[in-house]
Amino acid sequence: MTNTMTWERFTPGQRLARFAVYLGAVSLFVFSLSTVEIIPEFLYDAPYQLQDLFTRMWPIDFASYTQENIHEALIETLNIASLGTILALFLAVPVALLSANNITRSPILNWFGKFILVSSRTVNSLVWAILFVAIFGPGALAGTFAIGFRSIGFCGKLLAEALEEVDHGPIEALRAAGAPTVSILLKGYWPQVAPAFWGLALFRWDINVRESSVIGLVGAGGIGVALDTALNLFRWQQVALILLCIFTIVIIAEVAVTKIRQNII
Amino acid sequence: MSVENTFKGNGETRSLLIENLEKEYVKGKPVLKGLSFEVSGEETVGIIGPSGTGKSTLLRCINRLIEPSKGSITVAGQEITSCSGKDLRLARRRIGMVFQEYNLVERLTVIENVLCGRLGYTPVWRAWLRKFDQADINRAFKLIDHVGLGEFATQRADSLSGGQRQRVGIARAMMQSPDVIMADEPTSSLDPKTSVEIMELLKKVSSTEHIPVLINIHDVNLAKRFCDRIIGMSKGKIIFDGNPSDLKDSHLSEIYGGEDWLS
Repeated sequence: MTNTMTWERFTPGQRLARFAVYLGAVSLFVFSLSTVEIIPEFLYDAPYQLQDLFTRMWPIDFASYTQENIHEALIETLNIASLGTILALFLAVPVALLSANNITRSPILNWFGKFILVSSRTVNSLVWAILFVAIFGPGALAGTFAIGFRSIGFCGKLLAEALEEVDHGPIEALRAAGAPTVSILLKGYWPQVAPAFWGLALFRWDINVRESSVIGLVGAGGIGVALDTALNLFRWQQVALILLCIFTIVIIAEVAVTKIRQNII
Repeated sequence: MSVENTFKGNGETRSLLIENLEKEYVKGKPVLKGLSFEVSGEETVGIIGPSGTGKSTLLRCINRLIEPSKGSITVAGQEITSCSGKDLRLARRRIGMVFQEYNLVERLTVIENVLCGRLGYTPVWRAWLRKFDQADINRAFKLIDHVGLGEFATQRADSLSGGQRQRVGIARAMMQSPDVIMADEPTSSLDPKTSVEIMELLKKVSSTEHIPVLINIHDVNLAKRFCDRIIGMSKGKIIFDGNPSDLKDSHLSEIYGGEDWLS
């Protein structure tokens, strides 16, 4: 008959290592929890506070949609998102060309391009908004620039990756035909990255609709300003309406982007 | 327009002269070891040899997609190896190239792919706005007919079969109005029947355009059948250069090594 064969998935050493990782993860969690300084009274109180908040929000103040210019603020939010995305795309294209190592064949310039992309992404859109409010004063212009500069990193990075992944064959063929560099970019690279470009543009616009509804909290225009005002004045029914509006617009944007992406790809 | 068209006028210059061409990717390990040959007129030259012997390197040295290490290359009377920058770009327009993997821009239509052969002559803004010269557009349609794809002109390249794509590749090379066309393994990705059709087409191109055509090819029988001249390479050297009828088994054995496969 068959011999008894022993089989174990891990060696004792591996088991020990895995146990150490689990132990480390749990102790890290416990340690983090201890630094958060949860005040038990506030935690017990939370369900009541939540209920209280909802009762103050109800009924939703639909009348303020026109009376308090929330409609205008909503449109402004969409405008900030769209213009910001367009600005970002214009700025991202040269930076992407700079950081794609198959187009710019200089490691220093590649590094410089990547540095711009990383700087754009590491600064949060609220911080960008505070900076541009300081420069342009409060309003939609500051918001547009904040959204634009925040998006360069995302758009530029994805575009640079798409550029680096193109099929080199057609590029070689155009070079062999004596095409000037710009023509090679237009006829060799662009047709190959166009679907990725439009895809990322729509995706970023979708993200920017969400981001631009927040930056108003620091005065950079849009529905965030209305939200800030309503919060400061404790108009909870109006706050409820604004949150509902943001929710609706974000859902619509997402559905629209998904539909369009399906049709262009 | 004027400069490049006057350039082409004298028919006698449509030749390719290669002298002592050497290429080493790694110092001290030459891939091409001093090749010399001349091609002119309407000659169809098949370059045969085992994989890795430098056939592709040779063709890519001619249009400087790969930098030669030593030697001189003259296309239609113009020295290529000393060109740089814009001169090199202008010189490349006179050298058509057909690739094994076709190298078409997949998402563009057939007509636009063929017009890409004109990019060297077309200002960037015209290429960008797709405002190609009317004469170029007429010629592109004529060439598409010529390679037998008349009804596919406005279809996207990625909807075509391999043989059709290679025809587009050939039309694109012809669109350059080159002094020489080089084909790098043009039939290696195609079935036997289509391979024959592509070789027939290349042969026809040579005679209608009155230019020499250089073809890197694996298939010795196809080479013997369609080429006026065979250059056999092995280990970076030319072993045989002559008429297909003079290519004997002893030569093939020397080029590829071994004898068993010949029987």
